[in-house]
Amino acid sequence: MDTVVVKLVNVSKNYKDKTIIKDFNLEVYEKEFLTILGPSGCGKTTILRMISGLEHVSGGNILLDGVDVTNVIASKREVNTIFQNFALFSHMNVEDNIAFGLKMKKVDKEKIKVEVEKMLDLVKLKGYNKKYPNQLSGGEQQRVAIARGLINSPKVLLLDEPLSSLDYKLKKEMQVELKRLQKKLGITFIYVTHNQEEALSMSDRILILDKQKKQQLGKPMDIYNNPNNKFVADFIGESNIFRAKVVKIVDKYAYVEIDFAKKIRIINKDYKINDDIYIMIRPENITIGNYLKENSIEVKVKEVIYNGSVSRVIALFGNKEIKINVKNSDKVNLKEDITISFNTKNICSFVK
Amino acid sequence: MKKENKFFKYLSLFPISFYVIVLILLPLIYIFCLSFLTSDYYGGINYSLTLSNYLNLVDLVYIKLFIKSFLIALVSTFICICIAYPFVIFVSQKKKIVKNIIMTLVMVPFLTNSLIRTYGWIVLLRKTGIVNTFLEDLNVISSPISFIYNDFGIILGMVYTLLPFMILPLFSAVDKIDKSVIEASYDLGSTSFKTFFNIIVPQTKVGLFNGSLMVFIPAIGYFFIADLLGGGKLMLIGNLIKNQFLSARNWPFGAAVSISLVLITFGLVKIYQKIGGKMDDLGGF
Repeated sequence: MDTVVVKLVNVSKNYKDKTIIKDFNLEVYEKEFLTILGPSGCGKTTILRMISGLEHVSGGNILLDGVDVTNVIASKREVNTIFQNFALFSHMNVEDNIAFGLKMKKVDKEKIKVEVEKMLDLVKLKGYNKKYPNQLSGGEQQRVAIARGLINSPKVLLLDEPLSSLDYKLKKEMQVELKRLQKKLGITFIYVTHNQEEALSMSDRILILDKQKKQQLGKPMDIYNNPNNKFVADFIGESNIFRAKVVKIVDKYAYVEIDFAKKIRIINKDYKINDDIYIMIRPENITIGNYLKENSIEVKVKEVIYNGSVSRVIALFGNKEIKINVKNSDKVNLKEDITISFNTKNICSFVK
Repeated sequence: MKKENKFFKYLSLFPISFYVIVLILLPLIYIFCLSFLTSDYYGGINYSLTLSNYLNLVDLVYIKLFIKSFLIALVSTFICICIAYPFVIFVSQKKKIVKNIIMTLVMVPFLTNSLIRTYGWIVLLRKTGIVNTFLEDLNVISSPISFIYNDFGIILGMVYTLLPFMILPLFSAVDKIDKSVIEASYDLGSTSFKTFFNIIVPQTKVGLFNGSLMVFIPAIGYFFIADLLGGGKLMLIGNLIKNQFLSARNWPFGAAVSISLVLITFGLVKIYQKIGGKMDDLGGF
């Protein structure tokens, strides 16, 4: 897990006078599934296209397996891309589409045949050799695109929102499929998406990008449980975020005040008295009932939404809506005043 | 209600039906019938049936003429393809507004009569024309080059006049190719050269054949270009037909040549359909 396959050093990209990416650094390890996650326009696709060579860099260097490929053209880089709209060659059948990369390398015909069969087997499309892309469903086209990208055995496979055009069920299926393929082949995947669910379920590490800047890089669980800042907390999963002011520090704890002078105990991260910070609590970490004196607030139930295994209670704290997940919604009545509480270790805090 | 609909349907179809029947179909039938009649000495028509007009065509002189016409049309078409492809690929990468401006410019020459534009070439390229005088003054050449009044002149005229008919269908085909498909080709290790032949050409083959047809067919029939730039001594099928009707006054023979040309054209359109072209694409861009 420690060999670096892709390294971006101070990479920048400008479009005319607009900065898309500035001084961007990233190391991607061998056999890793890295997801670049961010809202549209954050520059994530540009990063992918610069790694593939389809976009020039305006500054900085890109290293592939330790070799500087900054000025190497796309066709000579040992990376392959899966495009958002699959970009299959509509005038070629499945076999020829998949074989394209090897044909360009002038591999001999017999070997190509064997490799294509292997790929068809891998993506579960045996017997589809002679079909044309327009005869395939979205999911099947996706598999052809993946097979076509993998046949060159690239050092890195780049995936640019490959699941965004599939329907919900297929999306779920392909998520499992992609993860399986990546594990089986041991190829590094760099996956770009704006869908946090995809990111959380597939990735070894997630890089969160917003406003051209790296917001956080880490394992999915770390990012979910310990977001660095308000953007990440808000973007990943569901959250209740409060403005707070530090009023007291005792040992490793800090006491903060939120609206209505409510005092909450959090874990101190080098805060000073009077610091303005944010605290965040996930809906599933809130309990109804008052069993912790310092971390409880009074709220009024506004809505109860039955959701199957977990129900959602929306409660009002002043004007602020608080989202709470409860297993059993029977005990909660509309318009009722209730007390909710949360554990100190489940509260995240950050400065901005 | 139903009756009213039908009335409007027929009313709106009337102009185009009139055009097709009176101006295309009837003359064609007339020419077809004419080709089986005999001509008399004074340029009139004898109403006696014969196949001799078609049999006369099977003569080395005319076969050579057909072959030459086809070769010139073929070379002109090929040159048009060679010019049009790089051009449309270049234009298709531009922004939408730039694309529209350039494609409008391609059509601007249509605003001037093509006969006048062909005369323009004579002014430029004849022995005492601008190009020859200029080159002589620069001492690049010692005696004037014969640019026109030969095959080169005819092909130049054909390519110049017919190039837009290649560019327009080819542009609409190339412009439709998804940019990511081209990128996928590069990404998979293909060079620009291979991408052109493996991806761009196959994906635009309908536009290519469409354009070729629209250059090739007129190139056989454009007699005025051969008349002006070929100096009148080099005949193509178009000139033969024109001469039979206007100077030799052998209408039945001219009609037979015309019908042969129509049949050959039909054959080409059939081939076009066979390779998967749609008839709609021949008309509109």
